[in-house]
Amino acid sequence: MSKKLVTVTILLIVLACVLPLVLTNYRTFQATLVLVYAIALLGLNILTGYNGQISLGHGAFYAIGAYAAAMLMDQAGMPYWATIPIAGAVCLVIGFLFGLPALRLEGLYLALATFALAVSMPPILKAHFLEKWTGGVQGIVIVKPDPPAWLAAAGVKLSADQWLYYFVLAIAIVLFIAGWNLISGRVGRALVAIRDHHTAAEAMGINSAIYKSLAFGVSAMYTGIAGALGAIAVQFVAPDSFTVFLSITFLVGIVVGGLASLSGALHGALFIQFVPNIADELSKAAPWAVFGVFLIGFVYLMPTGVAGALRALTRRRSSGKLLHPKEALP
Amino acid sequence: MEAVLLQVLAGLATGGIYASLALALVMIYQATHLVNFAQGEMAMFATYIAWSLVNAGVGYWPAFLLTVLIAFVLGVLIERVVIRPVENAPVLAVVVVFIGLLVILNSVAGWIFTYTIKSFPSPFPPALGIRYMSPHQVGALLVTLIVLALLYLFFRFTPLGLAMRAAAQNPVSSRLVGIRVGWMLALGWGLAAAVGAVAGMMVAPIVYLDPNMMSGILLYAFAAALLGGIDSPGGAVVGGLVVGVLENLLGAFVIGNELKLVVALVLIVGVLLVRPSGFFGSVQVSRV
Repeated sequence: MSKKLVTVTILLIVLACVLPLVLTNYRTFQATLVLVYAIALLGLNILTGYNGQISLGHGAFYAIGAYAAAMLMDQAGMPYWATIPIAGAVCLVIGFLFGLPALRLEGLYLALATFALAVSMPPILKAHFLEKWTGGVQGIVIVKPDPPAWLAAAGVKLSADQWLYYFVLAIAIVLFIAGWNLISGRVGRALVAIRDHHTAAEAMGINSAIYKSLAFGVSAMYTGIAGALGAIAVQFVAPDSFTVFLSITFLVGIVVGGLASLSGALHGALFIQFVPNIADELSKAAPWAVFGVFLIGFVYLMPTGVAGALRALTRRRSSGKLLHPKEALP
Repeated sequence: MEAVLLQVLAGLATGGIYASLALALVMIYQATHLVNFAQGEMAMFATYIAWSLVNAGVGYWPAFLLTVLIAFVLGVLIERVVIRPVENAPVLAVVVVFIGLLVILNSVAGWIFTYTIKSFPSPFPPALGIRYMSPHQVGALLVTLIVLALLYLFFRFTPLGLAMRAAAQNPVSSRLVGIRVGWMLALGWGLAAAVGAVAGMMVAPIVYLDPNMMSGILLYAFAAALLGGIDSPGGAVVGGLVVGVLENLLGAFVIGNELKLVVALVLIVGVLLVRPSGFFGSVQVSRV
């Protein structure tokens, strides 16, 4: 990591820490959701951006994480923080298991299979025989956690929204650092090698079966944790919040933010949280029309997303000359 | 026994509709080796056009033909304008463009026609009904069979059909003998859109008209196309009928109606794992 990048990252974290102190509770809640989406997008980016496995079904893993957290809180009476690792573990296992058959599916077919998973998730959640646990069509309502007592005892007064924001921020920072370590090391290089040339990677001794299913598992775990955090923030889970359009939202996020880029997850999360809010004032359908136009527009004009464009911009400024488009790619 | 027969016949009727949509998918796959995720939404949009025409006072069958024509033109336009630029792009880019198209068509339909569920007329007279099937089920099955027969005749016996098959099978050689391969692809998209429009108009009286009506249907069509072999038109038809019957039987007697969509998921993943080329598809071998 270059010195400049470290400075920017620390500045960002400081900014993120100050944010809820100046924002209203509602805006803080929105910022919490941005962090949640950023975690989910990071997960999807590990799989699709770095490993080249197309998933149109990450909304399903988000749903599983959300339901795991909600069910544990509602039925087992677990504290909210204890549900996060469990939701992550459940999604890790399910993602890994889904990744095993996915090994045999290349590109388009994997997209098809995950698309099918996303479309059939709401009916599964609504199913009668699961109703005892999932609450059926009604879903589950959960209580927003209060700031812990020790914090108040120490003299720090936070609202529930502010506390949740800091809680999510801490987890996001940990997950981003872990993700950065994963991507910039041996594993990350193996994932990229598999994406770029499968056969050559195998010839180099990379066990692509293990790496690909592991990428699926880790990716699902990130998205599942995001789902759990999202459920706690929204205080509600219901089957119809997890339609195929949620999965498409995540796809929009990584395409707009930038494929195979950690900072892209943050840009993408800002985009999918705030652009629909703005477009919503036009019409109920407008956010999706905007999403669609951006999806196609980015593929044509900015295939490296916002993160890639920013990278090209800063590089150009520091070197003082235009870059060949090829160099701007990650 | 009678209940089983009833479900099988109902399954055949919806299966015919899945078969049409699966056939549309196969036509585009054969020409471009891409699976069109927006096929369902294209059909949905065409069905809305038909609905508007019928509401404007046009008779059902003129509206039907006009819709098929409009869908054809729209299909050609979409290929020319949206799909062309990514023809040789990586799979991810193409999938993203398809999803973008899906989302745009869905939201534009919602924007123009609102998300309120509308009923769609069935043109078939009550006399068409038989003991175990409603008039619409018989009619939909008939229309599907007619469409399939017309497509078969077109591809088998007309010079244009031959040119389209040639362009799909071997673009380079076709170009050398003077076939305009790019336009053949566009025509293929147009035909697929037209067939999809028929499927949409046949299914709308059953599932009612709303912008999300095709998502489930598209999933069954995927399953049907994969089951039959994604590059086999005949397979798509057989696959569609099999999926329709299977879905109805399992839904009625085994897993209940609410989990019917899961049948499609299991079929898709199962076929891809066990026999990726389906029943009638050709096995792909690639050199590395």
